[in-house]
Amino acid sequence: MRLLNPRDMLVRAKKSPKVRTLFGGAAVLEPENSHLHVQKDMPMEKPHISVRNLNVYLQQNHVLKNVNIDIPSNAITCIIGPSGCGKTTLLKTFNRLLDQSLEVKIDGEVLLDGENIHDPKVDIMHIRKKMGLLSQRPVPLPMSIFDNIAYGPRIHGIRRKKKLERLVQKYLKSAGLWEEVKDRLNTPANRLSIGQQQRLCLARGLAVEPEIILGDEATSALDPISSKKIEELFLKLKEEYSIVLVTHTLRQAKRIADYIIFMYMGEVVEAGTADQLFNNPQQELTREYLSGYFS
Amino acid sequence: MALRNNSAFRIIKDKVARNLMLALTLFSLALALIIGVGLYMKSTPILEQHSLWSLLSGDVWRPFKGQFGFLPFIMGTLWVTGISILIALPLCLLTSIYLSEYAHPYVKKVVFPMIDILAGIPPVVYGVWGILVVVPFISDKIAPHFVEYSSGYSVLAGGIILAIMIIPLIISILIEIFASIPKELRDASLSLGATNWQTIKFVLLRKSLPGIVAAIVLAISRAFGETIAVLMVCGNIPASPHSIFDSGYPLPALIANNYGEMLSIPLYDSALMLAAFILFAIIFLFNLISRIVLTRIEKKFAL
Repeated sequence: MRLLNPRDMLVRAKKSPKVRTLFGGAAVLEPENSHLHVQKDMPMEKPHISVRNLNVYLQQNHVLKNVNIDIPSNAITCIIGPSGCGKTTLLKTFNRLLDQSLEVKIDGEVLLDGENIHDPKVDIMHIRKKMGLLSQRPVPLPMSIFDNIAYGPRIHGIRRKKKLERLVQKYLKSAGLWEEVKDRLNTPANRLSIGQQQRLCLARGLAVEPEIILGDEATSALDPISSKKIEELFLKLKEEYSIVLVTHTLRQAKRIADYIIFMYMGEVVEAGTADQLFNNPQQELTREYLSGYFS
Repeated sequence: MALRNNSAFRIIKDKVARNLMLALTLFSLALALIIGVGLYMKSTPILEQHSLWSLLSGDVWRPFKGQFGFLPFIMGTLWVTGISILIALPLCLLTSIYLSEYAHPYVKKVVFPMIDILAGIPPVVYGVWGILVVVPFISDKIAPHFVEYSSGYSVLAGGIILAIMIIPLIISILIEIFASIPKELRDASLSLGATNWQTIKFVLLRKSLPGIVAAIVLAISRAFGETIAVLMVCGNIPASPHSIFDSGYPLPALIANNYGEMLSIPLYDSALMLAAFILFAIIFLFNLISRIVLTRIEKKFAL
C-alpha cells in the first residue's frame, strides 16, 4: 500500500462528505510544513467563500500555491500584492472564469457556502450568477443601456417588459447611474463616459441578483472622481453583498477594506482584518510591501 | 554642420517616400477608373442603336439578328451568386464559430492549413471536379425528386461549386473577426451566467455584425466575377433560369466563351464590352450599397 503524506490525507478527508462538515467552520487547517501565516483571530464564524489547498497551474506554471483563505460575508475583502502574484487568477477561480483559459489545472477546493464550486457536478452558470464581476476596464455589451442591464435577467428567463423595466431602474439606482441616464436608456451603452460605463457594468452585475461582487482592479482605468464614486458604492453595497476586490493601490485598500489578503508569488503571505494587517503585520514581507519597499 | 545635413537628408527622404506612395495609391485608384471608362467607350456603338433599358430588360439573345438581350445573363449571374451565398454563409458562420469558440487548439492546428489549401486550389480544378461529381449527382440523385429532367448542368451546380470556392475565404475572414473581439466581452457575458451559446448569439455575433457583412460583401464580389469553374458546370444556355435545376449563363461566362470568336457579327464585340461594363457596374454598385449599409449598422449599434 502506498504511504500517504499528511497533506494527501487531508485532501482525501475533505473529499469525503462525512468529514467535510468538520472543515466547514472557522478552523483554518494548515499543512504542517506551511510557512504561511493566517492570523488566527480572524473572526470567521461563517465564511462566504472558503478556499482550501487551492493549487492552480496555467500552462505548466504553478500560479497559485496552496492557498487557504476565508472570505467573510457582508464585508469588503481586498486582495493586495505586486503584479503577477496571482491576485486575478485567485479571483477568477471564484466564478470559474478560469475554465475558459487554456491548459489550466485546478487542485483543491473553493467552497461557496460550503459547496465546492469546482465539483464537476456543479452548474457553472448557477455559480457565475451568484457573482457579479467588475473587470479592469468597463466592458459594456454592444447594445443599449437598457438592454445591458436587462441582459442578465433576460438570459435567466425574465420576459415581462414591466418587470424588466422595474429591474433596470432599481439596479441603475443602486449603481448611482439612474439620474444620469434615465432619459436615454435606449442609446448605445458605449456612448457613456468610462466612469459611467463602469457603474453600468456594476448595475448589470447586480441585476442577476448575485451574493458576491468580484472586482478586478475595478477602478484602475477610471479618473479619480469616478473611482471615488465606485468606492462609495462598494461601501454602501457591502450591507447586502460580500465584496472581493483585487487592487494594487494600497491607498484604496486602506480606504475601503475590512479584510486584507496579501499575496506574493502565488502564495498568501498574510490575511487578516485591515486594522491588524496595516497596523500590526506579522510577516517581514508584508511589512516591506506596506512600507513601499517593493510594489 | 554634419549633423544638420544629415537631418535635412532624412527629411527629404521622408518627403520623397511619402509622395511616391501617394502617386502609387493614385495610380491604383486610377486603374479602376480607366477600366470603367474604357469599357464604357467600347460599348457605346451598341448603346447608340439600342436603348440601355431595352438591352438590360431584353430576354432574347440572337446576335445574328441584332437582338441583344442581357437579362438572361444578369439573371444567371444573380442566381448562381445567390445560391452560392445561401449555401456558403450558414456553413461558414457555424464552422468559424465552432473553430474560434469551441474547438480545441489541436483541431485548429489541423483545420486552418486545410482551409488555406482549399483556398489555393485553382478554379479550373473545381470546374473539372464539378463536371465529374456535382453535375452527375444533381442529374441522377437530386433533380429527379423535383423536376422531370435536368442535365445537371445547372445554376445549382454553379452555385455549389462557387460556394465551395468562397467557403475558405469567408471562414478565414470570419475567424479573424471573431479573434479580434476582446476576451473581456465574452467574460462579461459569461460572468452573468450566460451559456457559451447565449454569449455567441447575443454578444459575439452582434459585435461582429459589421465584420460579417463585410466578409459577405467580399465573398459576393468574388462570386460575381468567378468565371471558369462556373462556366464549366452551368450549361451556358442564354435563357433566364426559372428553377435551380435550369441552366444559366452568367455574364463572365458569356464574355469568356465568345470574345475573339464571332467578332465579325456587327455590334457583337460592343455587346460583350457592355456585358463587361454591366458586370463592373454591378460589383461597383453592390460595394457602394454595402458600404452604406455597413455605416448604418455601425451607427445604429455604435460598435
